[in-house]
Amino acid sequence: MIAYRVPIEAAQIPAAQIEYAELSPLLIVAAAAIVGLIVEAAVPRSARFISQIAVASVGLIAAAVATVWVYRSLPVVESLAGAVGRGFVGAEGALAVDGPAVVTWGILLLFGFLGLLLFAERQLEGGLSAFTGRAADVPGSDGEKEAINHRLEHTEVFPLLMFALSGMMLFAASNDLITMFVALEVLSLPLYVLVGLARRRRLLSQEAALKYFLLGAFASVFFLYGAALAYGYSGSLNLTEIDRAVSARGDADALLLGAMALIAVGLLFKIGAVPFHSWTPDAYQGAPTPVTAFMAAATKAAAIVALLRVFFVGFGGASWDWRPTMWVLAVISMLVGSVIAAVQQDVKRMLAYSSVAHAGFLLVGVAAAESGQHSDGLIAIAAPITSLSSVLFYLVAYGVATIGAFAVVTMVRDATGETTNLSQWAGLGKTSPLLAAAFTLFMLSFAGIPLTAGFIGKWAVFAAAWAGGLWVLVVIGVLASAIAAFFYLRIVVVMYFGDPPTDGPTVAHRAVLTTVVLAVAAIGTVLWGVFPGPLLELVGHAGAFVR
Amino acid sequence: MNLTILMAIPLVGAVVVWLFPRGEEADARVVKGAAVAISAATLAASLWLLAEYDTASGGMQFAASYDWIPQLGVTFSVGVDGIALALVLLTTILTPVVLLAAWRESIPLLQANSYFAWLLLLEGLAIGVFAATDVFLFYVLFEATLIPIYFLIGAHGTGERSAAATKFLLYNLTGGLLMLASLVGIYAATAAAGQATFQHTHLVTFEFDQNIERLLFLGFFAAFAVKAPLWPWHTWLPDAAASATPSTSILMVSVIDKVGTFAMIRWCLEVFPGASQWASPVVIVLALISILYGALLAIGENDLRRLVALTSVSHFGFIVLGIFVFTTVSTAGSVLYMFNHGLSTALLFLATGVMIARRGSADISDFGGVQKIAPVLSGILLIAGLSTLSLPGLAPFVSELMVLVGSYSRSIPVGVIATLGIVGAAVYVLRLYRRTMTGPLTDGGAQVADLTPIETAAMTPLVVLVIGLGLFPQPLLNVINPAVETVVSYVSTEDPPPLSPPTLGEATAEGADQ
Repeated sequence: MIAYRVPIEAAQIPAAQIEYAELSPLLIVAAAAIVGLIVEAAVPRSARFISQIAVASVGLIAAAVATVWVYRSLPVVESLAGAVGRGFVGAEGALAVDGPAVVTWGILLLFGFLGLLLFAERQLEGGLSAFTGRAADVPGSDGEKEAINHRLEHTEVFPLLMFALSGMMLFAASNDLITMFVALEVLSLPLYVLVGLARRRRLLSQEAALKYFLLGAFASVFFLYGAALAYGYSGSLNLTEIDRAVSARGDADALLLGAMALIAVGLLFKIGAVPFHSWTPDAYQGAPTPVTAFMAAATKAAAIVALLRVFFVGFGGASWDWRPTMWVLAVISMLVGSVIAAVQQDVKRMLAYSSVAHAGFLLVGVAAAESGQHSDGLIAIAAPITSLSSVLFYLVAYGVATIGAFAVVTMVRDATGETTNLSQWAGLGKTSPLLAAAFTLFMLSFAGIPLTAGFIGKWAVFAAAWAGGLWVLVVIGVLASAIAAFFYLRIVVVMYFGDPPTDGPTVAHRAVLTTVVLAVAAIGTVLWGVFPGPLLELVGHAGAFVR
Repeated sequence: MNLTILMAIPLVGAVVVWLFPRGEEADARVVKGAAVAISAATLAASLWLLAEYDTASGGMQFAASYDWIPQLGVTFSVGVDGIALALVLLTTILTPVVLLAAWRESIPLLQANSYFAWLLLLEGLAIGVFAATDVFLFYVLFEATLIPIYFLIGAHGTGERSAAATKFLLYNLTGGLLMLASLVGIYAATAAAGQATFQHTHLVTFEFDQNIERLLFLGFFAAFAVKAPLWPWHTWLPDAAASATPSTSILMVSVIDKVGTFAMIRWCLEVFPGASQWASPVVIVLALISILYGALLAIGENDLRRLVALTSVSHFGFIVLGIFVFTTVSTAGSVLYMFNHGLSTALLFLATGVMIARRGSADISDFGGVQKIAPVLSGILLIAGLSTLSLPGLAPFVSELMVLVGSYSRSIPVGVIATLGIVGAAVYVLRLYRRTMTGPLTDGGAQVADLTPIETAAMTPLVVLVIGLGLFPQPLLNVINPAVETVVSYVSTEDPPPLSPPTLGEATAEGADQ
């Protein structure tokens, strides 16, 4: 399974070595997306919705099975530094099929499946999905009325979801900067479209899509420019090659610093860290809530793993240069996200700023740059907490709670659609105790209260940071958690201690798919909070990135 | 008796009570009866524990340990020494009292289940906190106790309940999160030495780097100082007590706040002895300020519930002082004080709670001449008040004296300043009694009828204990003392020599040592 380079001789173009079997999860998801396009063209409208769901779910389940198989068959490798990893760099050096990548695939597939269920929910909009009937219509036009009257639906959202997912999976496994850029675009373009497809509040949705697209395109260019500088510095786009050049350098080079800075900008934009976060509140608020749920959880997961890979593998030798920056960005993301979230009146915007704060907590794990390898020969710990394992755990905890929280948002409705104004949520604890309890659980997990998955996640990134010598960052982190706890509790206060408004929202009780999502998210949040052992074992077992 | 089972009885009971049918008057009665029965079963189980506890050998007993999160070195470990056992007993004694007292509280019928379930849950968590011998488990339970109190104040309280609940939670959560940072530090330090561990037995022998130890101590101490509460982090307590029901206040002030002082002994002194000594001058100053400032505020306070809470701030100052002067006498006194303060404050909250419920106001100036129409109530308030001001013959006297004796033996100025707190206590208690119970009846004061049989039944055991332990504290001291000697041996090699010939208090303590 070890990739090697065939020397290029004149007049001979070697066939590329692609490990199709090991890349099967990626290929299955992409294939499901393409089949979805064919379904769109070939299947009559009445049967399209159900066929799309069938194709997407079969694709996801098959990909999940393949992911498990791939993970179990990964070879163990030990690097010179003594770091244990598993997997290999394949596809001519373009992709790293290693422990972290495959675990991230699994996480993304879980988020994808939960996202799919939310996409497929039709019991909230009177038998229609949450997406607009005909996106091309001008809001308020006759065409739009016609689309509504004919009960049209965009079933393309399912292939778009699958394309975005395949892009994310590729993103997490990219081992060279061009592949990473392609993955970035593959995951972003479908999301730009999806964001603009809300059934209600069309203008807001279109504005969000445009904003996200423009800023996203801008960020992609930063990434590309950074990749070009990295090529200029090292003569290669491959992370392994870049690492070789970085490790051999004498001192800081403007080209290298520029490359790192620009690539970081591109990736941090996707993660939504301050100061590259300004798109998040608008995009999260305007997007159809199922899209927001999927995007908030999965994009962040893919992007942070990509960030870790670029900076740990490619620029690992320059960690003295980038760690202080990550440190500062982590602090300002945690603080800015928490403080601004505390004054939001809209639940979706509040969750958006909360995701900015969580980007900060994830960056604490990144800044730690903790490989778990510097305990001078006394490594007797079953699964030491490393930056990578802590971030992966955090992503799972954050992701399920995020999807669950947005699922709750989709269920609290009035005649004009979702009621996202916080004041309308007053007394929800009395009118719908179970829904309010689930939302409270997700908020507690976000706040990092013990016995929820979010607590173990926070614990893990802080442990990595302290082990990496950043105890000051840990203290700032816990204080930021206290600020964050304030606004998570504010919602709990409103829901439980407030009195329901007379024109309050009604809660949809018969939304089966959304309820399933809620149940999965709630069970995950509790289970990984009370018995985090197996998941910690898995993310620890995934080991380091393979170079 | 098994500690895990003891903890599980109220926890399971909470779930059962919550699942009971709700909405009817009869349902609410069933719920109350079941809750009282469950807490009585817990009390019986804890008495069994006490009977099985071997006071002669002391040390950690009933220890049990199970793997929980092996990847992090976290175990589910429980065990009690004399100190923890005393506080577990305090919890199990107070809970049935509290539940009985809550019998007549006007709770909306639909909320009765959740109210009693939260109270039982809190009891179970409190037992767990005192019994935990793994600091990670301790932290989890410590933080978990916030949730029942938060809902008990926020959903079932009165007045500015939601603001008070939020303030309570934010103060305690911030303290708790600082402790979390230290917990992470313990992980990092022990993992770097080979094996991550949080177990008490391992941590007391672990050699921390001096600076790291001080850092970790500060994180722990922050959490416990907020919880205890120590000046200047005490401001959440009066607000919380003013909005909570008497039952909630009792569990909060008498039991959960004791976790703060208990944990100073268990997790600060024992695990970070060097840092504790390093910090002790500052802590002693904070404790002295708490003693005086709490008393001063209580003298000026016009709200009954806030007044009781502020007296507790003063008393917690005594407890912390006793712990941080590092003498056997004062530490034993502090532990005894935790127990006795729990009893006397509970009694005070119960008596004032009845007054407030009858009168519909917590304002002292709305009362007057109550002893004419409610002699039993006024008698109980008098006993509660006198025990709060540490009248000889009532339980807190012994413990306060022991704390003062220990303090004098370390430093005379500290002892002198602390003694001023007693004067303050006399002022606020007698002022409270005079303005509410004596004098002419105020308008509306006639509503304050005397105690019902259930209320009397709830308060009688406390009165008996306060008087009994005042006259004969020895049985409890026998349980506490071996553990205290171990604690003090961590921080100081020997007690300071007496500055003057032995006093009455030291004679008491020496008697206790035998």
